[in-house]
Amino acid sequence: MVDVAEKTPARRAPQMMEVSAWSQLKSNRNWLGWWFMLPALGILILFLAYPLGLGVWLSFTDTKIGRSGVFIGLENYEWLQGDSVFWLSVLNTLLYTIVASIVKFAAGLYLALLLDKHIPFKALIRAAVLIPFIVPTVLSAIAFWWIYDSQFSIISWSLKKMGLITQNIDFLGDPWNARWSTIFANIWRGVPFVAITLLAGLQTVSPSLYEAATLDGATPWQRFRHITYPLLTPIIAVVMTFSVLFTFTDFQLIWAMTRGGPVNATHLMATLSYQRGILGGQLGEGAAIATAMIPFLLGAIMISWFGLQRRKWQQGSDND
Amino acid sequence: MKDLSRRTFVQASTAAAILSSSSFFDWAKAWAQTAPWKPEAGAKINLMRWRRFVEAEDAAFMKMVAAFKAATGVEVTVVNESFDDIQPKASVVANTGQGLDMVWGLYSLPHLFPQKCLDQTDVADYLGKKYGGWAPAAEMYGKSGGKWIGIPVATTGGLMNYRISSMQKAGFKEFPKDTAGFLELVKALKKNNTPAGFALGHASGDANTWLHWALWSHGGQLVDKDDKVIINSPETAKALEFVKALYENFIPGTASWNDSSNNKIFVSGDLHLTSNGISVYVAAQKENKAVAEDMDHAYMPIGPVGKPTELHLAFPILTFNFTKAPNACKAFTAFMLEAENYNPWVEAAQGYLSHFLLAYDKNPVWTADPKRTPYRDVSKRTLTPGGLGSLGEKAAAAVADFIVVDMFANYATGREDVKGAIAVAERQAKRIYR
Repeated sequence: MVDVAEKTPARRAPQMMEVSAWSQLKSNRNWLGWWFMLPALGILILFLAYPLGLGVWLSFTDTKIGRSGVFIGLENYEWLQGDSVFWLSVLNTLLYTIVASIVKFAAGLYLALLLDKHIPFKALIRAAVLIPFIVPTVLSAIAFWWIYDSQFSIISWSLKKMGLITQNIDFLGDPWNARWSTIFANIWRGVPFVAITLLAGLQTVSPSLYEAATLDGATPWQRFRHITYPLLTPIIAVVMTFSVLFTFTDFQLIWAMTRGGPVNATHLMATLSYQRGILGGQLGEGAAIATAMIPFLLGAIMISWFGLQRRKWQQGSDND
Repeated sequence: MKDLSRRTFVQASTAAAILSSSSFFDWAKAWAQTAPWKPEAGAKINLMRWRRFVEAEDAAFMKMVAAFKAATGVEVTVVNESFDDIQPKASVVANTGQGLDMVWGLYSLPHLFPQKCLDQTDVADYLGKKYGGWAPAAEMYGKSGGKWIGIPVATTGGLMNYRISSMQKAGFKEFPKDTAGFLELVKALKKNNTPAGFALGHASGDANTWLHWALWSHGGQLVDKDDKVIINSPETAKALEFVKALYENFIPGTASWNDSSNNKIFVSGDLHLTSNGISVYVAAQKENKAVAEDMDHAYMPIGPVGKPTELHLAFPILTFNFTKAPNACKAFTAFMLEAENYNPWVEAAQGYLSHFLLAYDKNPVWTADPKRTPYRDVSKRTLTPGGLGSLGEKAAAAVADFIVVDMFANYATGREDVKGAIAVAERQAKRIYR
C-alpha cells in the first residue's frame, strides 16, 4: 500500500506536466495566434522564401538547365562584373525605372486630381482610365510594336502624310529611340494604376479641411501643398513602391517589343536574365543577374518606406 | 496564274494523298506487319514537337499519328511547344528521366544529352539503305561517338528571297553567286530605292542563319575543331566590314527586326531582298500575288572561302533511352520517314520542310513550282551551329545568347569598333567554351 501510494503520484506527475504543456499550447491565446499564422507562413515559405533562396543559391553554382551544378562561389558575379552587356542592362534598368516612375507619378497625380473634380460622366471616365491597365501586357506590347514598326508605324505614316517628315522614324532600331519608345509604352501602361490609387486616396481627405482652408483664404496651390499632399503621402509611398517594383522587374513589354535589341540597348536585367538563364541554359548566371536585382529593389523599398513615411501617421504620434 | 494552278494542283494531290484514308490505313497495317521493330504490348508514346508554322503540315503529321495507332495499337500523345521552350523542357526531361519518350526538336538537341538518347543506328541504317542514303549534314546532326542518337527528319532553309524585277533593274541577270557581287547588288538596290534588308536584331532564326553564313563565308569561326575560341581573327574582321557595308545599304530598322519583320515587309512590297525560309513566298501567294509572281529564291552566295557556308535550321527527332517502349519509338521514327508518309507530309509543308534522305529529291513538291527548287538542297548544303567545333550544349548556348549576331550588330550599328565588337564576343564565347 505504502509503496503504491508513494509511486503512483511520482509516476503521474510528469505525465500531468506534459499534458498541461500541450493543452496550454492549444489554448493559450498567444500561441493561438501562432497556430492561425501557420498556414500563411507555410505558403510564404513554400512559394516565396524557398524560390528566392533557391535563386540565390543557384547564382553561386554553375547549374545548367537539366543538369545540376556545383558550388563555384562568386564566380558568376565576378564574370558579370567584367561583362559590358550586364552593366548596360543595369544602366538601362535604372534609366527605365527612374524616368518611367517619375513620369508615371506626375501624370498619375495630375490625372487623379482631375478625376476628383466634379465632371460629367465621372464614373464612366474613371473606368475608361483603367483600360491600359486592364489590357494584358503582351497585347499592349504587340500593339506598341506595330505603332513603332520601322515600316508600318502609324506615327511615321501620319507625320509623312502631313509632310512633317520624309523618312520613317526608326523607333526601335536606334538605341536611344528604342529606349524612349519602350519607356513611353511602360508609362502608358502604368499611369492608370497610379492615378486610380491616388484618386482613392484623395477621396479619403475630409472636405471640411478644404472648407476651413478656403475660409482662411488659402489659394488652390496652398490647399494642395498643405492639405492634399501631406494627407496623400502614405498612399503615395505605397503606390510608388509598387510602381517602382513593377517597372524595375518589367519583362513582357521589352520581350514582346525588342527582345533587348537593338544591340542590347533595351535589355533590362530581367530580360537578360531570361536570355542567359533559360534560352542560353546558363541557369547559374541567369540567377546571378536576377539576384543582382535584389539590392536595387530593397533600396527602392527602403527609400519609399523610410523616406516618404517619416511622419508617423500610422502610429498617430506627432509629426517629426 | 500559272503559279496558282500549280499550287492548286500540288495542294489537291496532297489532299488526295491524305484523304484516301482506307488505302493509306491498309498500307500502314501492312507496313506494321513487316517492319523490323515490333512495338511492345500496350506501349504508349509521349512526344513533344515544335509548334507548326504551316497548318497543313501539322494535319499531315497528325494523320501519321492516327495511322500508326490504327496499324500498331500504339497511342502517340503529341505535345506542341514553341521553338524557345523545346530545349529547356527536353533538358529537364532528360535530367529527371520521366515525362516524355520522344522529342522532335531543333538544331543540335540530341547532342545536349547524348548519353540519354536511345541508339537508333538500326533505324538510320534501315532508312539510309532504303532511301538513297543520308546527306552529309545528317551524320553531323544525328551521330555522336559512332552511334545515331537522333534521326534528322527535315530542315527548314534560310535562303535568299529576291524580287526579280528589282534585281534586273539593278543590272543583274541572275542572282550573284559570290559575296562581292552580292554586295554590289545590295548597293544598287539601295540606289534604285528598292532596298534589301536582313535582320540584325535578336531574331533566333533569321539573324543567326545569315550572320553565321556571313562569318563563315569569309573564313571566320567562333571556335576551332577542339572548341578553342578563335573568333579574334583577320577573317572575322573582314566579315564585319562586309556586313557593315551591307547594313549601310539596308532599309532602315533592321537592327530591331525579329523573325517576322522581314516577312511582313517583303510581302507588303517594300523590301526587295532578304534571307528567309519559304514562308515569305507562301504568304505572298495568299496575300500579295504580284509580289509572289515577281519573287524567286537563290542559294546564299559563296564568299572568299570558295565553298557554300550556309546554316539552316535542322529538325532532329530523338528517343530517350529511359523510355519503356523503345521498339515502338523506333517503329514510329521509321514510319514517319517512309515514302508513303513522308512525301505527302513534305508536300503539305509546301517547301517549308526539306529532306535529309537523298531519294526524296524526286518529290514533285520541289519541281512542281521551280521557285521552290533551291529549298530542295538545303539539307545537303547546311553546316551545323557548332561550326568547326563540337555540336552540343556549348554551341547551343552560344547561338541562344546571340554572340555572333550581337558581334555583327555592335559593329554595323557603330556601337563598337572592330576590336571592341570582337572582344565582347570573344569574352562571352570563352566563358561558354571553357
